[in-house]
Amino acid sequence: MAIAVRNLTKYYGQEKAIDDISFDVKTGEILGFLGPNGAGKTTTMKIITCYMPPSSGTVDVEGYDIFDHALDVRRKIGYLPELNPLYLDMNVIEYLDYSARLHGMKNAGIKGRMREMIDACGLSEVRHKDIGELSKGYRQRVGLAQAMIHDPDVLILDEPTSGLDPNQIVEIRNLIKKLGRAKTVILSTHILSEVQATCDRVIIINDGKIVADGTPEQLKQDFRGTETISVELKTKSANVMTEVFPKLKDLSQVESVEYRGQEGDAHRFTVHTAKGSDPREQLFRQAVSEGWVLLEMSRKSTSLEEVFHKLTTADPAKP
Amino acid sequence: MTTPAIKFDLKATLKNFSNVGTIFRKELRSYFNSPVAYVVIIVFLGFIEWFYASDMFKVNLATMRDMFTLVPWIFVFVVPAITMRLIAEERKAGTIELLTTRPLNDAEIVLGKFLAAWALICISLLPTLVHYITIAFLGDIDHGPVIGGYLGLMLMAGVFVAVGLFASSLTENQIVAMIIGLVLMFALMILDKILIYVPEFMNTIVEFIGVDFHFSNIARGVIDSRDIIYFASILGFMLYLSTLSLGRRKW
Ligand SMILES: Nc1ncnc2c1ncn2[C@@H]1O[C@H](COP(=O)(O)OP(=O)(O)OP(=O)(O)O)[C@@H](O)[C@H]1O
Ligand SMILES: [Mg+2]
Repeated sequence: MAIAVRNLTKYYGQEKAIDDISFDVKTGEILGFLGPNGAGKTTTMKIITCYMPPSSGTVDVEGYDIFDHALDVRRKIGYLPELNPLYLDMNVIEYLDYSARLHGMKNAGIKGRMREMIDACGLSEVRHKDIGELSKGYRQRVGLAQAMIHDPDVLILDEPTSGLDPNQIVEIRNLIKKLGRAKTVILSTHILSEVQATCDRVIIINDGKIVADGTPEQLKQDFRGTETISVELKTKSANVMTEVFPKLKDLSQVESVEYRGQEGDAHRFTVHTAKGSDPREQLFRQAVSEGWVLLEMSRKSTSLEEVFHKLTTADPAKP
Repeated sequence: MTTPAIKFDLKATLKNFSNVGTIFRKELRSYFNSPVAYVVIIVFLGFIEWFYASDMFKVNLATMRDMFTLVPWIFVFVVPAITMRLIAEERKAGTIELLTTRPLNDAEIVLGKFLAAWALICISLLPTLVHYITIAFLGDIDHGPVIGGYLGLMLMAGVFVAVGLFASSLTENQIVAMIIGLVLMFALMILDKILIYVPEFMNTIVEFIGVDFHFSNIARGVIDSRDIIYFASILGFMLYLSTLSLGRRKW
């Protein structure tokens, strides 16, 4: 187990920011930390990186406890804080060198590793520029480069793509995937497609509590109840409501059916499926045996957006 | 509340000085990469040259005593401006989060930053040595007080930098840090001059806390262990407080 989070609770004054959070991250896993504003993602990450102590509970990183072996924990971790703070008056090389040294790297190793990171992160053109002169996308690359300069086993990235334009987002995501290979990664985000694109596993956190934990596929599976199929078919039957409607409704994998109207002799239905099933085959066979002509049959699968929306609005969010 | 790694581990700090060195170099470079270092050096030069140009040959030949009375007051105004950014700026920019999640002790951070600002002050004193050399050539000079004076200035600068660093660790607002630093340094300077307003029995204590009292002793060329102990303990205490204050991370 690369990271074991145990019963973390954190109060800011009277306010409980996270509430008894526990989870494990396996070595090599890319974990997406998903949740609305103020859910407690950053707080959890700050605790894992030993920036601040939890009110109770503890974390184990690569076998080191955050209280007893903080320096060892920090050695194992590469961290990109929220908003990617940087020294704007240093140039890229100076800054990476500084980061490497503070991670205890010695002269011999620094040069080669710096070249590697500059290449990997596409920074060679700007390496002599002051960070303050760089665009947001380049700054983000510098943030990633500093987090990985010492080749850490664990990467903690707090909203690594926030504030970037869509092209940059794709670039940074690919970079994370490339560099995060063989590393254990926790990244937080508000963007659901990001989780689907990058993560092996998702933890959804709301109001300081974990509300879902699984692979993106599993989560979609678990919340499939709402899945719908829209069907359009042609039939010679005079009375659709008595001759077609019940035959759709009685299929074993169908939960309920709505009739949505008619256009010429084409009729449209919305079919709600029974939880976790896909009745398209049954629908097709039924149509064939009844002599209906199927014009359209398309499944609208639950998106992670919907899962997220469900989970994080069920209990009233904080103001 | 205990923070994971604010344990003040002096032994480990001394054993591995490379972290202190890294921070020292970075801070000193950022002084010289910005106008700060040059402004400080020019302010020092300007004041001292103006003072010399107007006074030296008229009033006080072959002694540097007047310069040694002037410089501490320049310190009071210049040191807070140098030290204000040391920690406050990192808090404001959020870089403190990077710095304090690297594998190093808070004491190493404090020490590295302290040494950089101290070095800058010492560097800006260097040009004044020209006067020492000139005076030594022109006439007889008593070397004891001059050496004592410079030693005293360096110790005093050390104490002031430590005070300023502590002020900077209290807030993320550099202006506030500067004002706190200025007030504390001003207080340290005038304590031995306001003894008449202090109850009799506290005189010795107040005088002992004042920095100028000890500085004057050393600048007379008399190096007394009590003065050295004073400088060392105030300096150490301030650095210790800064370390604690850096470790206080509710945000
Ligand atoms: N320094 C602080 N002082 C007081 N309360 C805080 C502080 N930092 C965070 N909080 C509170 O703790 C809760 C969790 O905040 P946190 O920053 O961890 O959320 P988040 O999931 O990272 O949100 P976002 O998506 O907006 O970054 C919020 O209610 C927030 O108001
Ligand atoms: Mg956050």
